[in-house]
Amino acid sequence: MKFSIIVTLKKDVLDPQGKVVQNTLSNIGLNLINIRQGKYFEIEVDEKDQTKAEKNVDEMCRKLLVNLIIEDYKINKL
Amino acid sequence: MNSSVIVFPGSNCDRDIAVALEKMQFKNKMVWHKETKLPKSDLIILPGGFSYGDYLRSGAIAGKSLIIDEVVKAANNGCLILGICNGFQILTETGLLKGTLLRNKNLKFINKDIQIKVLNNATKFSNKYKKDEVLKINIAHNEGNFFTNDRHLQELKEKDLIAFQYCDENGNVNDNSNPNGSLENIAGIYNSKKNILGMMPHPERMVDRLISNTDGVNLFSSLLN
Repeated sequence: MKFSIIVTLKKDVLDPQGKVVQNTLSNIGLNLINIRQGKYFEIEVDEKDQTKAEKNVDEMCRKLLVNLIIEDYKINKL
Repeated sequence: MNSSVIVFPGSNCDRDIAVALEKMQFKNKMVWHKETKLPKSDLIILPGGFSYGDYLRSGAIAGKSLIIDEVVKAANNGCLILGICNGFQILTETGLLKGTLLRNKNLKFINKDIQIKVLNNATKFSNKYKKDEVLKINIAHNEGNFFTNDRHLQELKEKDLIAFQYCDENGNVNDNSNPNGSLENIAGIYNSKKNILGMMPHPERMVDRLISNTDGVNLFSSLLN
């Protein structure tokens, strides 16, 4: 079973990389209101039960993939 | 005093700290991260560097290595733990210290001598310094921008757990003396029991007048005191 995980910075955390990307997009004439940079993971697990599989993936997020102090995450089944 | 320096793939300040410790008469051992037992240690050091190439997040992978379980156990039993630079990042990833280190605000790797102020001189790590003493010390990092939640920041202030703040030569703490965007200019913090210190600056680089200054010496002599 495959899942995707999107990791985003929490709302109040500064995103200097996103800011630079935003400025660069504006500089080349592509206007936007706001941009935030994040991370994307694809995970395949050997588990047929979707609830159990999601639980496993959630544990992976909390224990390693995501820094819960500054990041939020969203798991989607692929 | 027995010290152990944990070595990860990508650590690069492990030899520097070992030289500093030996110069200060510590009985030091180097411990590879795959070990599952620690030698007898009064002090454990997580050195600076780029463990695992900073993959995922600085310190994230090292924070899950085999020896870390032993470090956490030792810390909970009151052993002194010092994390410098990448070692500080690893300490936050293990949860031994709260908060985290974000990318420097200016997005640049900063390697220069800056000033820090000793806020609390009543700890095992700082008793040889004077309160508010200003030290000239080297920083070399890309992710040194300390960040934490309001509750933890409050706790740091109320319990006197801020070890060092970035300041100017006269000890003024302000935005101009903040090299990396750290919250409240924080350069180093203690845990609530004050047996764990995490700091971004490199005291091991300031123990020999020939190559720099000796502003880092008192950190080591405090530990021996």
